[in-house]
Amino acid sequence: MGNPVVIVGSGLAGYAVAREFRKLNAELPIVMISADHGGFYSKPMLSNALSSGKTPESLLNSDAVQMASQLKISIRTHCRVAAIDQTGCVVTLVDGERIFYDQLVLALGADQVRLPLLGDSIEKILTVNDLEDYKKFRDALVGKKRISIIGAGLIGCEFANDLVTAGYQVDVIDISAQPLGRLLPPAGGAFIQQKLEASGVVFHLNATTQSIDQVQERLCVTFSDRASIETDIVLSAVGLRPRTQLAAAAGILVNRGIVVNRMLQTQFSNIYALGDCAEVEGKVLPFVMPITHAGRALATTLAGKPTPVLYPAMPVIVKTPSCPTVVSPPDFNIKGEWHVDADKDGVKALYQDEAGNLLGYALLGAATKEKNILTAQLPPVLM
Amino acid sequence: MKRFQCNICGFVYDESMGDPGHGIAAGTRWEDIPENWACPECGVSKTDFEMVEI
Repeated sequence: MGNPVVIVGSGLAGYAVAREFRKLNAELPIVMISADHGGFYSKPMLSNALSSGKTPESLLNSDAVQMASQLKISIRTHCRVAAIDQTGCVVTLVDGERIFYDQLVLALGADQVRLPLLGDSIEKILTVNDLEDYKKFRDALVGKKRISIIGAGLIGCEFANDLVTAGYQVDVIDISAQPLGRLLPPAGGAFIQQKLEASGVVFHLNATTQSIDQVQERLCVTFSDRASIETDIVLSAVGLRPRTQLAAAAGILVNRGIVVNRMLQTQFSNIYALGDCAEVEGKVLPFVMPITHAGRALATTLAGKPTPVLYPAMPVIVKTPSCPTVVSPPDFNIKGEWHVDADKDGVKALYQDEAGNLLGYALLGAATKEKNILTAQLPPVLM
Repeated sequence: MKRFQCNICGFVYDESMGDPGHGIAAGTRWEDIPENWACPECGVSKTDFEMVEI
């Protein structure tokens, strides 16, 4: 005993644990290991920063030095963990340094999925997964007009709305027949599509991107049906893959994410995981609200009072001002059906089981005002 | 009337609007919101918000 709590990762999840832990215990040393600058910023704000007038610099709330002093923790920036030795309770950094821990928290995040594309310019495809990526993206936008986004999911739609509001020409390409295909029933997808189109976004649906090639000063995006569009920038936002390699190499169980129980504990009693890298009781939930709840529960556990995480219903707000949207995705393993009420002002889609119990919802436009009433009727995600 | 922004998710609490869905009437000043109130979008506590200049 006497070694610190070591947190690997300085994203929202890592900082949630550190912040909540310090509220409970002012003394115990914490070492945070960050692969990047280690500063604190709000990742959800990256996808609406342009229209809210924020720059990459103003998005950074506090740098690592300020955070270390505020939370009374030690932050090792630009450091990567090469290996975890769970029997020796030590992590080894890439440069060979070893840091012993009493308790280890993996808050590693997720990687952007990269599609296997062809063409001579695939290395020019941008992704935005952190503040440094975002800075590169903003630098790339300077003097450009036309942006193509691959992926019409949450992040793709949010960036599309932000960019079109800021005056860019935006094309959104997706393999499925509607935007937000994993979150919305077809009527909801059609509604948000229509609202974003009215703002100027051009959708290319049922379209498989095949290759990205340079054509003079621009990029050409070619689809599998040989149709193509010219663009200045290609942004890929096709999904997230939890970072599990480090855990797997240490013999920690991984499935889609790092496998943890309700205590956010891996099969090793002093190694925990939370956030986008974790699979909690079978659920991978890459959103902020689960991180807040998990951070609080884990901090309490680390402070000596074992506490399982409880997830209430956790609606996800899609930051598309052209089409206010809030979704509480149902557990599709439970048999149920969408009941959709759509008109020109909005869509109210309720996912109900056979007995009529509300299991999830999707609200768009004017229907979003019913969010709180409906949320109160939802079952908890994990109780 | 002031506005406060959540440090974590970007939610803005506008005093003139309140948060009626969670029992905070329009016009409620920031200092009068109970300490156990949480950000309606990400669940962080009141102490994790910071003031936004307008």
